[in-house]
Amino acid sequence: MQRCSSIRRFSSSSKKLCFREELKNNYIPTNFLQKTVLTVGSAAVALMEPHRGDMIACLGEVTGEMSLKYMREKLLGSSEGAEILKEMPRINSKTVCFKTLSEMPERTLGRVYADFMRDNNITADSRLPVQFIADPELGYVMQRYREVHDLVHATLFMKTTMLGEVTVKWVEGIQTKLPMCIGGGIWGAARLRPKHRQLYLKYYLPWAIKTGNSAQFLQAIYFEKRWDQNIDDFHKEMNIVPLTKV
Amino acid sequence: MALRRSVLTLIGSKKASLRVCGAKHFSTQTEPKEDDKRKTHFGFETVNEDEKTKKVHQVFETVADKYDLMNDVMSLGVHRVWKDIFMMRLAPTPGTKLLDMAGGTGDISFRYLNYLKNKDLSASDKPSSVTVCDINQHMLDVGKARAERQGYSKEPSVHMEWLCADAERLPLADDTYSAYTVSFGIRNCTRVDKVLEEAYRVLQPGGRFLCLEFSQLPNSTMQWMYDQYSFQMIPVMGQLIAGQWKPYKYLVESIRQFPDQEKFKSMIEEAGFRQVTYENLTFGICAIHSGFKL
Repeated sequence: MQRCSSIRRFSSSSKKLCFREELKNNYIPTNFLQKTVLTVGSAAVALMEPHRGDMIACLGEVTGEMSLKYMREKLLGSSEGAEILKEMPRINSKTVCFKTLSEMPERTLGRVYADFMRDNNITADSRLPVQFIADPELGYVMQRYREVHDLVHATLFMKTTMLGEVTVKWVEGIQTKLPMCIGGGIWGAARLRPKHRQLYLKYYLPWAIKTGNSAQFLQAIYFEKRWDQNIDDFHKEMNIVPLTKV
Repeated sequence: MALRRSVLTLIGSKKASLRVCGAKHFSTQTEPKEDDKRKTHFGFETVNEDEKTKKVHQVFETVADKYDLMNDVMSLGVHRVWKDIFMMRLAPTPGTKLLDMAGGTGDISFRYLNYLKNKDLSASDKPSSVTVCDINQHMLDVGKARAERQGYSKEPSVHMEWLCADAERLPLADDTYSAYTVSFGIRNCTRVDKVLEEAYRVLQPGGRFLCLEFSQLPNSTMQWMYDQYSFQMIPVMGQLIAGQWKPYKYLVESIRQFPDQEKFKSMIEEAGFRQVTYENLTFGICAIHSGFKL
């Protein structure tokens, strides 16, 4: 681990080792009964106390095994995705220099991301470690999903309001098939205030379904190698048409 | 290396000390070795004694805010009844000077205050007092906040004070207190024998030691059912309510590591107490041990 921490930034193979070791240290074995209670319990707590992000994380892990396998297959289906799975890159304030990104030219992916994080007052270090998944690759796919979630928000131009979150959950749910995303999309929408619910039903939801189905698989995008890509080019490549406010 | 160790401690796991079933031993039975540090148990892990204090401290730092809620959920509220019975057994009279060890969030001390108030013994001119003592300041802070909220801090007839100290090394004079209580705290101490010696020292002659602690069920079928509930469900509840699995896994394991009723009784006698008795509650899930400094 000492070797790992000192040369982590320079060697991609040691990054992978770090993640595997971290996953093993955090791993908590659970049986079917415990997973069932965790599923029901975390869903209930997440609904009652939306600020409990750890409950969403828990729900995602205990219900996500099949979806994670699907996501892994999809990653291996593209060269960019396969590279991600091989190198296991992480996104946090140590691996990504936000200061550099914020000074990049406007309308680049990196700049859009840095501005998004600043405008919504969020940090890339708030993503919880995976606890209930034993397989290192599946565990990584879950960790990666969490760490690119803000990038998905940023590139879809969706704010971190309830409306934005629900919309992103729909796109992610369609693409990843994670039950937690699908559930979040449905239940989250139930909590929308009347004005936002109207917007959701008329514009956001149809757009989310269209985007989720027609866009490229966003989990297989190696964002860290595309910081200087123009955002409009990125959208064209990904087949994303941003939602324009009416 | 030091950084790695503190990270591993924080996440509560050590690759080297995997759960060793059957390697249960009690800290009082460890023989000091020339080269090795003294080892003890931390739940089902084996750790150095100085590490155990730190790890236990970490557990209670983490659980303090949700401590009372978790107690209610894990025991389905029954812990309240256990503590009520505990205070009835103590049956304090006016003029009692109580040391409530591992008293953290105040459950026992508040019952003590209520008991004296209900018996209208506060009308007597003998002042009573309670020192709430805990090794963990965070737990004491939660207790102080509860005392404020529930109006105990304004109680005129009973003097209440809060002390952050280690039960194995009390910064208190000999023969000071007439009663010493410890409720669900002693099994977390590294050297239980030292705690008992200190309890004996600070009690006045005639003083009473009273301990409420988890114990072993005499009926093995019931013990099995209790084990299933403990190991399967309690850490899950910890995850859902407090967002923490590992501290509750530790708590459940530490119960199994603690001596049974008879063994604990002999340990209390070894510390010098006499007329040592115990009473099982809820089929032996916990027990109240009592002894006198005679």
